[in-house]
Amino acid sequence: MSGTRRETGFSFTIDGVEVTAYAGQTIMEAADEAGVYIPRLCDHQGLRHQGSCRVCTVKAGGRSVAACTQPAAPGQAVENETKHLNKMRRDLVEMLFHEGNHLCPICEASGNCELQAMAYRLDMTETTRFPYLEPCRPLDASHPDIALDTNRCISCGRCIRASQDVDGKGVFGYVGRGIHRRVAVNGENLAETDAEVTDHAISQEVCPVGCIIRKRVGFVTPIGEREFDQGLIGQEIEEKRK
Amino acid sequence: MEYGRRKSGGSSATVCEVPYVPDAEIAGICKTYGNDKHRMLDILREVQDRYRCIAPSTMEKIAASTGLTRIEVEGVASFYSFLSLTPRGRISIRLCDDIVDRYSGLEEVTKAFEDVLGIEVGETSSDGAYSLEYTPCIGMCDQAPAAMVNDVVLTRLTSESARSFAEALKAGQSPEHLVSDRFEVLTPHDRALRMVDNNIRHAGEVLLGPVPDDAGLNHAVGMTPTQIITAIEESGLRGCGGAGFTTGRKWRFAASERAEKHFVICNADEGEPGTFKDRVLLTERPHLVIEGMSIAARAVGAREGILYLRGEYVYLRDLLQQVLEERRRRGLLGENILGVKGFNFDVRLQLGAGAYICGEEGALISSCEGLPGEPKTRPPFPVNRGYLGYPTVVNNVETFCHAARILDRGAKWFHDMGTEGSHGTKLFSICGDCLNPGIYELPYGHTVWEILERVGGEDAAAVQVGGPSGTMIARDSFHRKLTFDDLATGGAVIVFNGERNILEIVEYYMSFFVHESCGYCTPCRVGNVFLQKAIQKFRKGLANPEDVEYLKDLSGTIIETSRCGLGMTSPNPVLTTLQNFPLVYSAVTKPSKDGIRDTFDIQSAIDGARKIAKRRSYIFDRDFTQ
Ligand code: SF4
Ligand code: SF4
Ligand code: SF4
Ligand code: FES
Repeated sequence: MSGTRRETGFSFTIDGVEVTAYAGQTIMEAADEAGVYIPRLCDHQGLRHQGSCRVCTVKAGGRSVAACTQPAAPGQAVENETKHLNKMRRDLVEMLFHEGNHLCPICEASGNCELQAMAYRLDMTETTRFPYLEPCRPLDASHPDIALDTNRCISCGRCIRASQDVDGKGVFGYVGRGIHRRVAVNGENLAETDAEVTDHAISQEVCPVGCIIRKRVGFVTPIGEREFDQGLIGQEIEEKRK
Repeated sequence: MEYGRRKSGGSSATVCEVPYVPDAEIAGICKTYGNDKHRMLDILREVQDRYRCIAPSTMEKIAASTGLTRIEVEGVASFYSFLSLTPRGRISIRLCDDIVDRYSGLEEVTKAFEDVLGIEVGETSSDGAYSLEYTPCIGMCDQAPAAMVNDVVLTRLTSESARSFAEALKAGQSPEHLVSDRFEVLTPHDRALRMVDNNIRHAGEVLLGPVPDDAGLNHAVGMTPTQIITAIEESGLRGCGGAGFTTGRKWRFAASERAEKHFVICNADEGEPGTFKDRVLLTERPHLVIEGMSIAARAVGAREGILYLRGEYVYLRDLLQQVLEERRRRGLLGENILGVKGFNFDVRLQLGAGAYICGEEGALISSCEGLPGEPKTRPPFPVNRGYLGYPTVVNNVETFCHAARILDRGAKWFHDMGTEGSHGTKLFSICGDCLNPGIYELPYGHTVWEILERVGGEDAAAVQVGGPSGTMIARDSFHRKLTFDDLATGGAVIVFNGERNILEIVEYYMSFFVHESCGYCTPCRVGNVFLQKAIQKFRKGLANPEDVEYLKDLSGTIIETSRCGLGMTSPNPVLTTLQNFPLVYSAVTKPSKDGIRDTFDIQSAIDGARKIAKRRSYIFDRDFTQ
């Protein structure tokens, strides 16, 4: 991996810190390697980049772009941790909260949830001015081992890409358009698909929220000892730099 | 749902019986298109036409034939407005719900249809005979109110004409016979003219004046690709769709990309409410459009082209097919064009299915590939990797026409017209409150005043330049010029007189964007709904002064973080009216009393309970005597 790539490496800066990148890398990939965390929700390691949540918006050469899809460029000056950008990101996270139905205190993903963790990281501590859309979305508990509560779905599409590209199945897909665009399954309901609880798409790391639920394992880890109860989201990337 | 548009197609169709569809027939349709998943839109359109819906069982069959999963087929079928998962009527009536139509009597027209057919907008009659729905701008604003009845367009409707059309349909007449009882024997061009007026009010030198047949192409075959590109560059031609990218540079980028294949795509998906210029070019200058595409093909080395026609213009399908056929016959398309060895190029017509976003370059390519019309991630740009991953030139109808004319008359001729930075002529489609709505071909550089004088719209109070994603200006800005450097426009100019309610217009435009957002990215999918709701609050008189800040703030986030041009411009109706019509907003804002927000309306909040209980509230009902 290293030998040839290092030769074609070039450098650019993120918030003034010099970062090395290789041809073909996105800004986010280079940042991750360098231990600079750029907030994200739809992007996930090992999956194709989608660029839809827009939480990773950074300024590159003065233009706002999605760090997960924008190729790194030599000498570019990227802004990441600025007040302005974090405010935009908070707006986006708030939009996702208001688009679905989120009741963290009764959600089994609480503490493991990336949306919730992102809200904490971005200081979403006050009630927002956005209206709640309170959609009426179905709960699909047809499958013996898996349940789907789309009330909490943030349309990140990680399950879609994981199922298609990693599991080679295509259990999930988008339907509809605009605000009606939703994640749906490849059949009448989940039981009618070839989804298995051992699929990568169903694993805990893929769905960032509490939408894809593995039955009978909820609350195994008590609240307080969960992933983001230990520290801010993105910490493990930032620790690389220390 | 409240954040959708007024009852439109799709979500609320009355469920009637799904017709039985033999698997073999679906397989047959798929086979017509080579079982090619990239032709999904054609397959689905045909299934929809034949069976009035895309039923779950058909989706499975289509998936099996094309090697996709059912959910992938459903993803496409559920994206486009003209496709439906529940049965529509055998005759589907789509009333154009543009703001201009609303101001020209859409309500009475709707009522007439509803009365006669006995169904409401959004419904399908129980015998499956008709469905009635609203659809956004179909490009007939100069002859509003208009409607599509299956593939037929009706214009200048009145409540009387609507009533008699509806009665004729009810009596069993076909939509075609509403237009003419000799419909079958008319030429495609005559049919188009029977349905739709061109309203050419001013023909300029380049496009609508006399145009000799294939003069541009004749010149082009004697030139090298580089010479063609240089000529286009020197002419100063910029894309006429709105973004204004230099055409010659686009061609040069595509030409310099090494690849097995190159493609040329004509974007005939003008969807910006108030734009209808391409409609006129496609009717009156169809050969020029294809000629321009052929020249581009020679310049970049493309052998295949696609003309992507918006679903709303399906009435032009036969006309365009005929033109393509004729050009093939005359050796202007196909192998060795004009006898030049190795100059091979042909064009396929691709019909859309009701999605404004497909006017966006990347979304248009997605749609051509048989996918939902979602914009593509950039980079890579289409000139590097476009249709099916090959370098692709996408230009709009007007741009291709200009290119052909430039090759005929020379770069300098074109460059000398217009202004610095905006060369040549431009087609303006002008509608709304003016005496002479229609098409005007004028050089760039006219002021809004000059335009208004020409069209008889001197009493305008507001002018929307460039459609909803453009700029709404007030009288104090009418001295501004229509050029790329001042008021940029793809061509739409909509005139509003002093009686129109600016906030109503803004709300209409926001609901248009909510309906047309592809839904891919968060800010546009969700943020526009919030903007629409905020404007509603202003209209109801429930806004406080801080809400003005909220509008600006939210708009800023949507613009900055959206993924494509739709979201980057959708807050413009709000922002430009805030800037140019501040009094309209301040007139309806009031500070909240005692720090309590006025947004909560107890009357409407208890209305549901009141109805269920069949009782009124002694405490909250304002006037208990009502
Ligand atoms: S999914 Fe996350 S944000 Fe949503 S309710 Fe559960 S914990 Fe809260
Ligand atoms: S189900 Fe989970 S992984 Fe899939 S789109 Fe929704 S939030 Fe993302
Ligand atoms: S900005 Fe709107 S139309 Fe464009 S990709 Fe995002 S959701 Fe789709
Ligand atoms: S992480 Fe980049 S857009 Fe979602």
